[in-house]
Amino acid sequence: MTRNLTHLERLEAESIHIMREVVAEAEKPVMLYSVGKDSAVMLHLARKAFYPSPPPFPLLHVDTTWKFQDMYALRNRMAEESGMELLVYQNPEAKERGINPFDHGPLHTDMWKTEGLKQALDLYGFDAAFGGARRDEEKSRAKERIFSFRTASHGWDPKNQRPELWNLYNARKMKGESIRIFPISNWTELDIWQYIHLNDIPIVPLYFSAPRPTFEYQGGLFMADDIDRLEKVMGKRPEITTRNIRFRTLGCFPLTGAVESEAKTLPEVIQEMLLTTTSERQGRVIDKDGGDASMEKKKQEGYF
Amino acid sequence: MDPIYKTDALIAEDIDAYLEQHQHKSLLRFITCGSVDDGKSTLIGRLLYDSKMIFEDQLEALQSDSKRVGTQGQEIDFALLVDGLAAEREQGITIDVAYRFFTTEKRKFIVADCPGHEQYTRNMFTGASTADLAVILIDARKGVLVQTRRHSYLCNLIGIKNIVLAVNKMDLIDYDQARYEAIVADYAAFAEEIGIKTFTAMPISGFKGDNITTNSANMPWYSGKPLIEHLETVEIDNTADQSKPFRLPVQWVNRPNLDFRGFSGLISGGSVKPGDAVRVLPSGKTSVVIKIVTLDGELDEAVAGQSVTVCFADEVDCSRGNVIAAADSPPEVSDQFEATIVWMDDDALHVGRSYWLKLGTQMVSATVQQPKYTINVNTMEHLAAKTLELNAIGVAELATDKPLVFEAYEDSRTLGGFILIDKITNRTVGAGLLHFSLRRAQNVHWQPTDIGREEHAALKNQKPRVLWFTGLSGSGKSTIANEVEKQLHLMNRHTFLLDGDNVRHGLNRDLGFTEADRIENIRRVGEVAKLMADAGLIVLTAFISPFRAERDMVRKMLPEGEFIEIFVDTPLEVAEARDVKGLYKKARSGQLKNFTGIDSPYEAPENPEIRVNTVEMTAAEAAEHIIRKLLPLK
Repeated sequence: MTRNLTHLERLEAESIHIMREVVAEAEKPVMLYSVGKDSAVMLHLARKAFYPSPPPFPLLHVDTTWKFQDMYALRNRMAEESGMELLVYQNPEAKERGINPFDHGPLHTDMWKTEGLKQALDLYGFDAAFGGARRDEEKSRAKERIFSFRTASHGWDPKNQRPELWNLYNARKMKGESIRIFPISNWTELDIWQYIHLNDIPIVPLYFSAPRPTFEYQGGLFMADDIDRLEKVMGKRPEITTRNIRFRTLGCFPLTGAVESEAKTLPEVIQEMLLTTTSERQGRVIDKDGGDASMEKKKQEGYF
Repeated sequence: MDPIYKTDALIAEDIDAYLEQHQHKSLLRFITCGSVDDGKSTLIGRLLYDSKMIFEDQLEALQSDSKRVGTQGQEIDFALLVDGLAAEREQGITIDVAYRFFTTEKRKFIVADCPGHEQYTRNMFTGASTADLAVILIDARKGVLVQTRRHSYLCNLIGIKNIVLAVNKMDLIDYDQARYEAIVADYAAFAEEIGIKTFTAMPISGFKGDNITTNSANMPWYSGKPLIEHLETVEIDNTADQSKPFRLPVQWVNRPNLDFRGFSGLISGGSVKPGDAVRVLPSGKTSVVIKIVTLDGELDEAVAGQSVTVCFADEVDCSRGNVIAAADSPPEVSDQFEATIVWMDDDALHVGRSYWLKLGTQMVSATVQQPKYTINVNTMEHLAAKTLELNAIGVAELATDKPLVFEAYEDSRTLGGFILIDKITNRTVGAGLLHFSLRRAQNVHWQPTDIGREEHAALKNQKPRVLWFTGLSGSGKSTIANEVEKQLHLMNRHTFLLDGDNVRHGLNRDLGFTEADRIENIRRVGEVAKLMADAGLIVLTAFISPFRAERDMVRKMLPEGEFIEIFVDTPLEVAEARDVKGLYKKARSGQLKNFTGIDSPYEAPENPEIRVNTVEMTAAEAAEHIIRKLLPLK
């Protein structure tokens, strides 16, 4: 008797297969965990892949110190529930120089995230890192292999990617080189939401609408997650208004634009996403500096 | 231009009902391919646009990009939606395959936009390997081109059953029916030649949108379906693998504690239930599945396409690389095969060199013989060939160092498709499709003998070893090796010296100095050295042996610790100045080709067991240094 697998079942099986290949062939894998919805799905898939064992690698959070409080709370809870070791890395230089999104612009992402990630991978000697990037997010990601090779200095050479046939992954590399692996490459934003819905996966409450303290900044709407700290770096206390808002994507709270919304449940969030006319990353500043090839350039420099 | 595919009304009216419907949509993976400038990227851009997958902010960016760098004047250049790499946008070409996603009311789609240039064939093949359907584009002004044939051949080779022939840019030939029909007839003749049994042809314009979502008023003579409707309704047999015998290539052994041992993998064929009798290959041991474990509870049944963990009723040896199969219809096991190989690296195939071969979860060493022939994709002629260059497609025999569990590619993509990996650069250099095992592999067995290598060595009161001298011509290998052998002889050791020049007078008389011949030279010497070591001798070899891969191959033939690599590290200038045999002079003047150090590379050992040089030491001193390092000899 045959059974038609749904597209989500096919995607799930593919992602699990990828994770098991990495664990079997890499020396020291790690999962990059950013606490967003994509990370949530990736972590859930890892728990499925290795059950009843806990996933045989640690979670690594490359922290900028500017994430939402709700994100830190969920991060700690999920690490405990999954029985995995949680490593948190904050770039000491960025910390010392007080790098923040207001005074330092693109340097904020570069120092905390790109440099922080490189430092953390080198420090622990990880040779394979799982990331929750999807091909539908951005044009250069759409071109990236599932197993993406990085030189010893973490550079990506998009013009010289290894062929990747069927589901056969070549995980061999020179000493010093590393691999970024994207097990949810073929998932779309809708697939992620639907999977979270069907599997009851815990996500940060900020994805759902609620009355929250907000302020306007350079034409965008932001949440005042830590008003005292904002006042310190902005030089003045921002004008706070309470609005019903939620987030389509989560990053650093001063860099992640909120949307006014009444979507309080997952189906409502999905409904809103499907009816909206702008893309998911639109609320993020990171893709725009540097023009068209901004993400590609960041990846060549070592960003995820 | 309004998108023709409006948002599904159900989303606003009843989101739960929409999600329920969406969850059960089937998935079609397809590629667009064909020659350069046939409009592949434009077509995908059009599909995304018409299925409302382009958001306002992306559309705004697209409009400004189109004016700035687009190739369509003031109109929207859809290709810019897909060509995501800076180099692609600058050159207006597609280099690597891009994966895009869209959904209609009936299906979900993953489309891979493949590059048309021949030099990027490996990227096209990457996209094709996971596709259920291929849309082959033809520029109506140009007709069937070499790349149309190449891509059609590769699509058929890799097993894509559904082919759509999209004759594009019909707007540029005034929607001329006669021209369209001539192109289709031309393609049909070629398709039959290469074994494509059926294909669906349609006249379209990706740029203008003709016959994409609705039938075009410009071509009333076309009575078939528009492209999207065809993609939505074409029958895809995603369950075909489920009716095959059960196959589970083991990826990972799950062992959280002493009470649990499970075997994890992606089921590639058939289905499994608790109670099923299974056989573990290659050992052939049998057991019974007692449970199928998942995070969401145990399963009553699992089918091809699912990633699972199964447990056995008893402790049967099983590890990564093994295949768990239906007990009564297991796959074959062999170590010699015939296969079709597509070469994907700038560095051509080295016949006889050992590569990693990955098939399913198995990783073995493999050597490829000289190809029986390569295929000219334009004429379908079989051509004689000594090797496989970049993008060549050929048929060759190959041998593996360990038995492989396999099936013919046409029966199983998982157990019949493999990649070849260069052992030094780690690049994926080739992809292969197994045809069948060679019968000689099944008929040649190891004959056990009662006097083994331990007995031979014990009688000689020594530990057998292979002292492998490597270095440039004129570095002093033969002189030092001779000195070492003299001293070992005085110490009553049983030795034999295999010298490069001497062996070429006899055993390797038929070999020249091309790379392939040099590899075979070393392989034969390695096999002879191994037999002599089995006989208990201390073997000394003095060969330039310029390639790391071959020295490593010999190292792997011998038990751990018996291969001693001795690098005679004399600089090129010194060796050339000596020029004992006058060979450097000949090489420099061009009379001697493929001379190591001059026009053929020497890959120095990275971690030799012993390193000597003849600048700081005399031959006698070097020999003494080596002997001291070897002690004790028992």
